[in-house]
Amino acid sequence: MKYMLILRVTDQALAASKEADFTEIVNAMGRYNEELIKAGVMLAGEGLSDPEEGFVVDFDSDPPLVSDGPYGETKELFSGYWVIQTATKEEAAEWARRCPLGPGSKLEVRRVNELEEFDQSNEYIQKEAGWREQLGTDRPITG
Amino acid sequence: MGENAVAERARRAVEAVWRIESAKIVAALTRMVGDLDLAEDLAGQALLEAIEQWPAGGVPRNPAAWLTAVAKRRAIDGWRRRDLLDERYAAIARDLDASRFDDEAWDPDRIDDDVLRLMFIACHPVLGRKAQVALTLRVVGGLTTEEIARAFMIPTATVQQRIVRAKKTLTAAKVPFEVPPRAEFANRLSAVLNVLYLVFNEGYAATSGSEWMRADLGAEALRLARILAELVPQEPEAHGLVALMELTAARFGARTTPTGEPILLADQDRTRWDRAQITRGVAALARADAVGRGRGPYALQAAIAECHARAATFEDTDWETIVLLYEALGQVAPSPVVELNRAAAVSMAYGPAPALEYVDKLVADGELAGYHLLPSVRGELLRQLGRIDEARAELLEAARLTGNERERAVLLAKAEELRDRP
Repeated sequence: MKYMLILRVTDQALAASKEADFTEIVNAMGRYNEELIKAGVMLAGEGLSDPEEGFVVDFDSDPPLVSDGPYGETKELFSGYWVIQTATKEEAAEWARRCPLGPGSKLEVRRVNELEEFDQSNEYIQKEAGWREQLGTDRPITG
Repeated sequence: MGENAVAERARRAVEAVWRIESAKIVAALTRMVGDLDLAEDLAGQALLEAIEQWPAGGVPRNPAAWLTAVAKRRAIDGWRRRDLLDERYAAIARDLDASRFDDEAWDPDRIDDDVLRLMFIACHPVLGRKAQVALTLRVVGGLTTEEIARAFMIPTATVQQRIVRAKKTLTAAKVPFEVPPRAEFANRLSAVLNVLYLVFNEGYAATSGSEWMRADLGAEALRLARILAELVPQEPEAHGLVALMELTAARFGARTTPTGEPILLADQDRTRWDRAQITRGVAALARADAVGRGRGPYALQAAIAECHARAATFEDTDWETIVLLYEALGQVAPSPVVELNRAAAVSMAYGPAPALEYVDKLVADGELAGYHLLPSVRGELLRQLGRIDEARAELLEAARLTGNERERAVLLAKAEELRDRP
């Protein structure tokens, strides 16, 4: 199973991290990443740049509205992620627990859907295939 | 949450730690007590103690160090009980006094070395292949006997017996707990790689029964191969094996229909291939190449898989390169199965006639007698050449020989299709 560890930090924690010893943070994260790699569980991981550089595409309006960050009432900002492969949910939790983070940081752990979960046995996908056949169209008629 | 649910949750948390740490723990203990059997026994006792204690006290900061410390204490208890003044146990006692329970220093290099030794001892040549597989999954993978039995669809008692005998054999043969000396290294490493590849293949395509694949076992083999590649980063074949597994597993999702019928490479929906996994496989192959010692059998097979992965459609496949890679593979690892695959690639690159020559030569050699893919490939080539009756007979023969029920169904359907042809 694949799990995504999504790093979320509060504005305050992010500001505090800018004061902290950067080398120390990088070293601790480096050791953690190395541990994941050596354990054969690391699939991917990336850190996100300063939220000031980002922007938001909001689909409340049509056409969607593009606005600069930061994000209004958002209390926790996404700052990075890992994707790991483990046999169980508990193993993913154990790896998350070991991440060298401090107060103001959270890891949201989510299972990554496997392709098989979206497969032809889905009733709507089957229905859609039927519709296409009836209508003689090879294009999806939904969406 | 009821008491049982709390206990169950705690047990699962301990199991998760065990899966992550067991190889290191068993490896470190084996170094300390000099015997894999005793080390595993001690680690097992520590695991039981963790299951009892962690629910109340929580998971310690360094669970591996905690488990190792408890295992060492059990070793000392055993030593006291037996009243044997054994030098090994005395050393453990001194070591234990000098360290605190949950923050014992774990020297990463030393642990890495121990885990590597553990892989080598589990795949030692005094053991048969089946024993190597069972022992590797147990002591390196941290799988339970029941999990191994389920994965291989054999009775738990058989696995248990295999592991007990394997450990006794290692003790009787006085196999040292070491990284093999230079002269033996290449052969010993290739035994380890072979065991991991066998496990992977067992997961990929079951040789018997109705289950076409068991992805969990494949994932476990891949995890162990990744661990090995990090332990011996200068060995191209370790990366080659990782690459081969990644590139093969990337096709897992497209290999069967929702009801489990196999889908041939030519008919697979390539949008269902796992692109991220392909990228990892290509990167692993690049690491193998970067070592600069050429490609061995695993890297060559990975390179063939890479050719398939790169082709957007079956028709886009670079069959000429695949033929060359099979020729190289036939040189470094000669095998009739490789020749058969080469023949299939030749048919794609240059047509069925030259390919049939290779296959007929294999039939004449007789080495593949009884192997279902020989008549299967020959039947397909004959069909392309319009020799329908012969083709049908070969496909029926292939169906008779295969041990896989689903594959048999596919072959019979193909034969049936030819029945009404002129």
